[in-house]
Amino acid sequence: MPINYYIFLAVTLFCIGVAGVLTRRNAIIIFMCVELMLNAVNLLLVAFSKMQFHALGKVNPQAGIDAQLFVFFIMVVAAAEVSVGLAIIVMMYRNTHSIDVNFLNRLKH
Amino acid sequence: MVQLVWLVPVLPLAGFLLTGLFRNYLSKSLTGIIGCGTILLAFVLSLLIFGEVRMAGFEPVTVTLFDFINVGNLDIPFAFQVDQLSVLFLLIITGVGFLIHLYSTAYMHEEEAPHFARYFSYLNLFVFSMLLLVLGSNFVILFIGWEGVGLCSYLLIGYWFKNMDYDKAAIKAFVMNRIGDLGFLIAIFLMINKFGSVDFGEVFAKAASGVAGAGGVAGGAAGGVSVGYLTAITMLLFVGATGKSAQIPLYTWLPDAMAGPTPVSALIHAATMVTAGIYMIARSHVLYSLTPVTQTVVAVIGLATALLAASIALKQNDIKKVLAYSTVSQLGYMFLGLGVGAYTGAVFHVMTHAFFKACLFLGAGSVIHAMGGEQDMRKMGGLSKYLPVTKITFLIATIAIAGIPPFSGFFSKDEILTAAFAKSPVYYVIGVFTALLTAFYMFRLYATTFRGGFRGTEEQAHHLHESPAAITIPLIVLAVLAVFAGFLGIPEVMAPNAHWLGQFLAPVFGDAGSGGVPGDAGAGAPELSHGTEWGLMAVSVVLALAGTFAAIGRFSKRPELGEPTGFGKVLANKWYVDELYNALFVRPLDLLARFLTFFDKHVIDWIVNGVGRLVQYGSRQLRLIQSGQVGGYVLLMVLGIVILFLVELFTGGGGGGAVAAPSTMGKLVH
Repeated sequence: MPINYYIFLAVTLFCIGVAGVLTRRNAIIIFMCVELMLNAVNLLLVAFSKMQFHALGKVNPQAGIDAQLFVFFIMVVAAAEVSVGLAIIVMMYRNTHSIDVNFLNRLKH
Repeated sequence: MVQLVWLVPVLPLAGFLLTGLFRNYLSKSLTGIIGCGTILLAFVLSLLIFGEVRMAGFEPVTVTLFDFINVGNLDIPFAFQVDQLSVLFLLIITGVGFLIHLYSTAYMHEEEAPHFARYFSYLNLFVFSMLLLVLGSNFVILFIGWEGVGLCSYLLIGYWFKNMDYDKAAIKAFVMNRIGDLGFLIAIFLMINKFGSVDFGEVFAKAASGVAGAGGVAGGAAGGVSVGYLTAITMLLFVGATGKSAQIPLYTWLPDAMAGPTPVSALIHAATMVTAGIYMIARSHVLYSLTPVTQTVVAVIGLATALLAASIALKQNDIKKVLAYSTVSQLGYMFLGLGVGAYTGAVFHVMTHAFFKACLFLGAGSVIHAMGGEQDMRKMGGLSKYLPVTKITFLIATIAIAGIPPFSGFFSKDEILTAAFAKSPVYYVIGVFTALLTAFYMFRLYATTFRGGFRGTEEQAHHLHESPAAITIPLIVLAVLAVFAGFLGIPEVMAPNAHWLGQFLAPVFGDAGSGGVPGDAGAGAPELSHGTEWGLMAVSVVLALAGTFAAIGRFSKRPELGEPTGFGKVLANKWYVDELYNALFVRPLDLLARFLTFFDKHVIDWIVNGVGRLVQYGSRQLRLIQSGQVGGYVLLMVLGIVILFLVELFTGGGGGGAVAAPSTMGKLVH
C-alpha cells in the first residue's frame, strides 16, 4: 500500500481529534480526542518507520527503529497522562457536578 | 621661601573651609579672627616672597605641585609661577584683602553669626581663587581661578539672597561673565590645538618663534603660527577680559553688582577681581605685542568704555553707582594702557587704583553705615563734621583718582596717557577729556556728600557718628597708600631712573612694558621729547583741577536734587544700554524660550503621552482575547499551527532539511 494512504488516515484522525477538542465541551470527549491525535501521530510514526526499513533495511537492519521506540515512549507518556487527567476530571466532577470545560473558566476570576 | 608659595593660597582656603563648615558653631569674633588671620598670614608670606623676588638676579620660579591633567601629549601640571608680576599682584590681593577683611568685621557686625561666617567663608574663598588666578603658571590654572572669583562674586552679590533684586543682579553678573568665559575657554582650546601646551612660557616662546619663522606680519602658515591665528586667540582672550573686567559690551553687570555688601564691592568689584582681565592680558603681553590688530581693538574698547562710563557717572545719584561707573571707567584706562603697549603703566594703574578705589568704596561704606543704609547722595550732605576721618580719607582718595599730583592716581594715569599720546594723539585727547570728567564727577560725589547742609531725616541726623576703629584704620592705611603709591613710578622726565615699578617689572615685560616712556620706548612708538611730556602732564593736571573746582563750586552749595532732563536724563539712564540689551537679547531669547515651552508642552509631551495612551488602549483591547475559554485558546493554537504550515508551504520549505526521498520510499511494499 502506498504510504499516502497511511498519511491520509493519520491526518484525518488528527483532524477529527482537533475538531473534537475545539467543539466538544465534555471533558472526557475532549480527552478522547486528544488521545486520537496522539494515536494519529503514532500511526504516522509507525508507517514512516516501516517505509524507512523497507528502503534501507538491506544496508542497515536498524533503519527506522527509533520511530518505533518513539511510539512506545508516546504510549507510556499517554498512559500516565490519561491516569492523571482522568483523576482531575473525577475531582472536577466531585466539585462541580459537571464535566463541562466551560465551567473551568472560573479560574480567571 | 619661594618654594613655599603654595602656602599663600592654601591659607585662605583653610580659612574658607573652617568658617564655611563650622559656621553654625563659631562665634563672630572667632570667625573674624580666622578670616582676617589667614589673610594676614598670607600677606606676611607674600611679603617674604617679595623680599626674595626683588633681590638682584632673581629668576622666575615655577613650583609644580602635582600633575593636574596628563593626556596624550598634553601635560598640564598644577604649578605656580613666581615672578615680579605675580608677586606684585600677590601683595595687592593679600594686602588690600586683609584691610577689607578687617573692615568687614565691623561693617557686617549686625549680621547673625552663621551668616557672618558665610560672608567670611565666601570672602576667603574669593581670595584663594584670586591667588590661584595670579599664581598659576599656565592658562588652565588661571582659568580655574578665573571661574572661582566669578563664583565668589556671584555668591557675594547675592549675599542678601532674600532680596529678589539682589539675586537678579547676581545672576546678571554670573551670566555676563559666562559669556566672556566662553571666549577665554575657546582661546585655551585654540592654544592647545596649535601649541600643544597651555604653559605661559611655552606658549609665548612658540608664538614668538612661530610668527618670526613665518615671516613676521605677512603671516605665512609655513613652520609657524599665522598672525591671524594669534589674533583669534588674543581677541578671544580679550572677550574673556571684557566680561571679567567689565568693558564694552559686557560691562553692565558691574554697576548692578553693587547690590553686594560694600566691602565686597571694594575688594571684588574694584580692587582685585575686575583687574583679572588686565592681569591676564599683561601676562600674555607677548601674544598681544605680536598682534597689532588686537592691540588696537583693546585700546579702542578701553577708551570707549572709559568715556562712556565716565559720562554715565556724571548723573548717578547712588553713591555706590558713581563709584561703580568710575571703576568701569578706570578699567577702561587700564585697557587703553594695555592696548598702547604700556603694560607697566596698566599694572601701575591697577595698583594705585586698588588703593584709592578700595579707599573710596570703604569710605562710602562708612558713610552708608553712618546713614543707616541710605545710599542716595541727595539725602546726604554736610557729613564732614560728623565723619572727620572718613571725610579726609575720602578726599585724599578722590584727589588721587582725579589725577592731581603728587597723589598716586596722577602718576599712573599720566603714564598711560603719555603712552597713548605716543601711539596716537586722538587716544590722548579722549583720555584727557575722560580724566576731566573723572575729576568732575568724583568731586561732585565728594561735594554732594560731605559739603553743604545735611538733607536727611531728623532721625538719621541723630544717629550720625564716626565709624569704629576697624573701619577707620583700613581707611587711613589705604589713604596713605593712595598718597604715596605714586612715587613707585615717577616718570623719567621728573627724575631719571626713579621708576621703581618699571625697573621691578622689567624682567617680565622687557622693553615692551614701558610703552611711550622715553629711554626704552616700545616698538613702533615714537619717542617723546621731555618738553612734550611736561606739556602733556600740564594739560592733564590743569584739566583735572578745572574739573575739580567746577564740581566743588557747583555742587557744594546747590547740589542737584531734581530729576535730570534732556541729555542728563539719557546719562542718568545709563545711555539706555540695559534697555537696549533687553530689547536685543533678553526679549528675543525670552520669546524663543516661550515658544520652546509651548513646543515642549504641546508637541513633545503630546508624543510622549500619546505613546503611553496607545499602549494602554492596545492592551485594553488585547485583554479581551484572554477570555478564559479553553476552547478559544486551542482554536488560536490550531490557527497558529495552520498559519505556520501555510507559511512553510508557500516559502518553499527549503529550511526543512528533509532527506530527499528516493523513489523507492514512495511505497510500503508488503
